[in-house]
Amino acid sequence: MPTIGIFALQGDFREHNKVLGGLGMETVDVRTPGQLDGVDGLVIPGGESTTIGKLADRFGLVEPLRERIGSGMPVFGTCAGLIFLSSGVTGGEQQLLGVLDVVVQRNAFGRQNESFEAALDIEGLDEPFDAVFIRAPWVEKVGSGVDVLATVDDHPVMVRQGSVLGASFHPELTDDTRIHQKFVDMIEEGLEE
Amino acid sequence: MSTEQQTSSDSTPTRGTDRVKRGLAEMLKGGVIMDVVTAEQAKIAEEAGAVAVMALERVPADIRKDGGVARMSDPTMIEDIKEAVTIPVMAKCRIGHFLEARVLQSLDIDYIDESEVLTPADDENHVDKWAFTTPFVCGARNLGEALRRIGEGAAMIRTKGEAGTGNIVEAVHHMRTVTNQIGELTRLAPEQLMSAARDLGAPYALVVEIADTGELPVVNFAAGGIATPADAALMMALGCDGVFVGSGIFKASAPPLVAKAIVEATTFWQDADVVAKVSHGLGAAMPGLEMESLSESERLARRGW
Repeated sequence: MPTIGIFALQGDFREHNKVLGGLGMETVDVRTPGQLDGVDGLVIPGGESTTIGKLADRFGLVEPLRERIGSGMPVFGTCAGLIFLSSGVTGGEQQLLGVLDVVVQRNAFGRQNESFEAALDIEGLDEPFDAVFIRAPWVEKVGSGVDVLATVDDHPVMVRQGSVLGASFHPELTDDTRIHQKFVDMIEEGLEE
Repeated sequence: MSTEQQTSSDSTPTRGTDRVKRGLAEMLKGGVIMDVVTAEQAKIAEEAGAVAVMALERVPADIRKDGGVARMSDPTMIEDIKEAVTIPVMAKCRIGHFLEARVLQSLDIDYIDESEVLTPADDENHVDKWAFTTPFVCGARNLGEALRRIGEGAAMIRTKGEAGTGNIVEAVHHMRTVTNQIGELTRLAPEQLMSAARDLGAPYALVVEIADTGELPVVNFAAGGIATPADAALMMALGCDGVFVGSGIFKASAPPLVAKAIVEATTFWQDADVVAKVSHGLGAAMPGLEMESLSESERLARRGW
């Protein structure tokens, strides 16, 4: 069975842990480069993307992450995790991994008062997903090789590029496990190859 | 304000739901929220890795020193701080002052702290927090107080501690009390829960929920008296989800260093080597106060019920 790392510097990593645990997955918190070694896939949770980026930089995690993701380790980022995976943010400078060829607009829907939930159609899912958007980003520019899996007002909010999956909302805050299951399937397909 | 969003499935987006309000607090977990009084301080906090800032006119240590009535901050100052950073901005209203709360919601603040650090506006009632789209955080000394606030609609709880003292003892006491009381509830038989609700002065439905889950339904941060990286790590070890630091940063001799060190100690609280490493060379921490030196009226935690 694959072991899934949860990037646990800051944010709602415990919620991802609970969902994946509920799917019968082995999970391990990742806070150091060494803890990355034993994992077959990684989740980067929601949180504050500036905080997560700074801590990753100060504790020497940026290069090890780029190497593992570059060599095909599946990774799934939600909200701040999507921002951290991206190759650029509009109107700001912050530490990014640059492993997902998209430019992201932070807090694109507005401040907290504009945070919302809505039923979202997602490619590959039969029924809409109850998506929770919290001070959420959207994707402003999509590179070639990036598939858009869901949109709000024509703005991409879920994308996939090979083994990198990103969502600007928080499936970990709901009881619906379909997106996490999709990520688990990505990891298992990768291991079979 | 943006226009209504349309998802491709044409469903109406709903704002201000429990999940959205409690959800922002979930995103702050494992992080440090810092009191700031200027845009420059807000930038220092963000640069250090704060997950949010609390915009206020005076830090609690100065409110304590100056005396007088402490009120909601000047909107100009709050807006300057909102402009200066990309992280969430919180602000305080007085206990029970629902007009100050409406003003803060109108200023598009990300979280409202109905705070005992300001002078209470209502000596009996807290704000009806269900009436707001903006989420609220409230202080609590024990489980009953936490559940009353959640019953009123608080989407996040923090210990009251004793703000502006640089003394962690009250925050530790409040956190241990909440944890012990939750543990006690989980050991009760169903027929004992109504008596427990009566004794705690807490809503019965929430008491039943906690007896079942063994945890608060909202995020619980530490606040009040945190002055060092080790203080922050201690509160995390006691089960807090994150920490507020008020006077502890900008009353220290080297605020940027202390801010960064507290952020790192909060993430790596389980690793004493990291806490030790970041605690080096921080200069003088804020001066502290002994609880015994405070008169009854100087105890901010006694405000609210």
